[in-house]
Amino acid sequence: MNVLPAFLRRGFAHGVHPEGFKERTADLPTQRMPFVGRYVMPLNQHLGAPAIPLVEVGDRVRRGQLIAEPGAFVSTSLHSPVTGRVTAIGNRRFPGGVFARSIEIETDPYATQRLEPRPPVDWRDLTREDFVAQVQYAGIVGMGGAAFPSHVKYSIPEGQHIDHLLVNGAECEPFLTNDHRLMVERPDALLRGIGIILHNLGAREATIGVELNKPDAIAALESHLKPSQPISVAPLHVKYPQGAEKMLIKAIYDKEVPAGELPRDLGIAVNNVGTVVAIADWFETGAPLIERILTVSGPGVENPSNLIVPLGTPVREVLNYCGGLKDDVIELVMGGPMMGMPIASLDVPVLKGTSGILAFTKSGNFRPREYPCIRCGRCLEACPYFLNPSRLARLAKARLYEEMENYFVMDCVECGSCTYACPSRIPIVQLIRTAKSQLRQPGAGDQ
Amino acid sequence: MSTEDPRLLLQAAPLLKQQLTTRSAMLDVLLALLPATLAGLWFFGLSGLLVLSASILGSIMTEWFFTPEETRRQRLLDGSGFLTGLLLGLTLPSSLPLWMAFVGGAVGIGLGKLIWGGLGQNLFNPSLVGRAFLQATFPNAMTTWTPAGGPGDFFQVHASNLALPFMHVDYDGVSSATPLGLMKFEYQDTSLSNLLIGNISGCIGETSGLLLLLGGVYMLWRRVIDWRIPASILLSVALFSSVLYAFGPDRYPGPLFSILAGSLLIGAFYMATDPVSSPITPRGAWIFGVGIGLLVVLIRIFGGFPEGVMFAILLMNAATPLIDRYTQPRVFGRGGAGR
Repeated sequence: MNVLPAFLRRGFAHGVHPEGFKERTADLPTQRMPFVGRYVMPLNQHLGAPAIPLVEVGDRVRRGQLIAEPGAFVSTSLHSPVTGRVTAIGNRRFPGGVFARSIEIETDPYATQRLEPRPPVDWRDLTREDFVAQVQYAGIVGMGGAAFPSHVKYSIPEGQHIDHLLVNGAECEPFLTNDHRLMVERPDALLRGIGIILHNLGAREATIGVELNKPDAIAALESHLKPSQPISVAPLHVKYPQGAEKMLIKAIYDKEVPAGELPRDLGIAVNNVGTVVAIADWFETGAPLIERILTVSGPGVENPSNLIVPLGTPVREVLNYCGGLKDDVIELVMGGPMMGMPIASLDVPVLKGTSGILAFTKSGNFRPREYPCIRCGRCLEACPYFLNPSRLARLAKARLYEEMENYFVMDCVECGSCTYACPSRIPIVQLIRTAKSQLRQPGAGDQ
Repeated sequence: MSTEDPRLLLQAAPLLKQQLTTRSAMLDVLLALLPATLAGLWFFGLSGLLVLSASILGSIMTEWFFTPEETRRQRLLDGSGFLTGLLLGLTLPSSLPLWMAFVGGAVGIGLGKLIWGGLGQNLFNPSLVGRAFLQATFPNAMTTWTPAGGPGDFFQVHASNLALPFMHVDYDGVSSATPLGLMKFEYQDTSLSNLLIGNISGCIGETSGLLLLLGGVYMLWRRVIDWRIPASILLSVALFSSVLYAFGPDRYPGPLFSILAGSLLIGAFYMATDPVSSPITPRGAWIFGVGIGLLVVLIRIFGGFPEGVMFAILLMNAATPLIDRYTQPRVFGRGGAGR
């Protein structure tokens, strides 16, 4: 076990320590989920503009075939997760209880589902523009949950240069073990992916930040590291929200990204481990982003698992494969329990950013009785941004949104640490989200 | 295997919450006060019990009366009204007429909490508002002390306890000065062991330094109070009184006496730490505590009263919004201090 003594571990200030609940799936190898009959690919499953369909109803598509092209620069491609036939392009269920325009594909039961071979791309001989275009074509997004198109991070404006590649293996969300399993099972692919990105960005070094609750991942990475590689593994304290980009930069490089600026302004690019492996897979095997690893867990799931699931698989099929739901399930969440999106229907498909599917059963955490704020200050000591969530929540309840800007409400990353810490069970981060969306609207604050 | 859609909630994340709730924090404070309360009953007997009951009753009945019916149950169950009454009662002399204790509890909740908008909205500590009201209205009754008794006269009830409202009060004639009074007016010391055990005259719940500390340590361990506030109060009182003591050991009390005598411990651990009326920022907590410590020493030494904890805390309560405003933490990624 390669575990540093406490004084050498790195971290950031504030934050919270929720129970991990990772032991149920941490040691379970990922299994490949079999193909099912129907897939749904929402066109807006990444941040930015929705993708534009390239297929029509009735078209036959091959697994890995481009089915939608980027709708703008901040947008990305979609590829078919399966060989089959397009049966519909229309509104389908999406996380958060809403609908989104999607391409529905019916699986061809007689197809082999083998990926078409593709002439390899020599990643050592690409211009920056070609590299960016390749990543965008492959449909690769931030796999940690935000699903921000990765090629945007690699298009560095004139006059800036990336020196450091920070690889995010913190996985600070409770329950989730998908990044953990990826680092344990495919450390070689992760390191090769880092090599590809380092080469194409011209960065000096890469650091992989891994929380200390994943000692086997740290060991696997270090055993595959060659001394000649400019790559190091940084063990981190276990703390939420360590996986938040700016917190991780603070923990590893002890630098604060100034408010309103991006990591690249400090010469740093941050990628989730899943993103890096997706890049390795694209350049080495020609596989675009058509599947991902996710953790199915939570007290309401019969058989918690780590699965490789084709994108677009309905949640219902994933849960059935894991033995179904227990009877007292009350809420389903896509992503982690701290920042994930609740889903209203089992018809919602797995998306590029779906790091987990969690099922929760009835407990005191649901519809808790709210007490008045007693100004205990726990939210202040939880907020990694050093905001005053108590103040913000009070202002939000009074709808004094303009005044909230004086308290830097727009700096909030909605990690939910304040709400986790609040003994009065005030939905602080939900109030802040409402305020932020009000402030973003034109003519905000007129009331 | 379940393929049917369950009835799903859409409660927004985070779905995990830490264990502590506001209600459990209140219960922890009550539990922490239990040893000192029992000691108070031991020393002051049935009279003490009656005074405590009267002030608690005053608080709870006022809360009940002025709360809309829908929220009444929750308001009473959150325990804060009971706590206000108990804290007030613990800082009253055991010979106080019961009706005064009742009025004190009612004023504490009414003027100290409800007119501000209820729990979480008040500027001042409600139990101290009640006490300040009593001190201003009935100065004589509030400063007539009986010595701590033993098991022998446990069932004795002071005649003054049963005085009718606004009628003349007859005292049993066994009044005795508190350690602070003795020190201030007669330069007479009280042994530290008596201050620790509580076998002295004073308010019902403030005499036993040891048990108050025990409860304080429990609350710190349970993390229901901000450690910075008692730490800064006790340290600053020790520091300021040491300075005075160095100049005149015969006239001024030493630091240990200053900390253990009077209501400093109950004030520092149980009243100043009231989160509602103390600063929310960590830096603000230090300023708040040092301010209280300074005011306590100033009032005790140079003021007209032997004790100054109540006024010190109330004055710093008043300064809390200002302190909060100027001690906002520096926001991550922003140079200057917030706001």
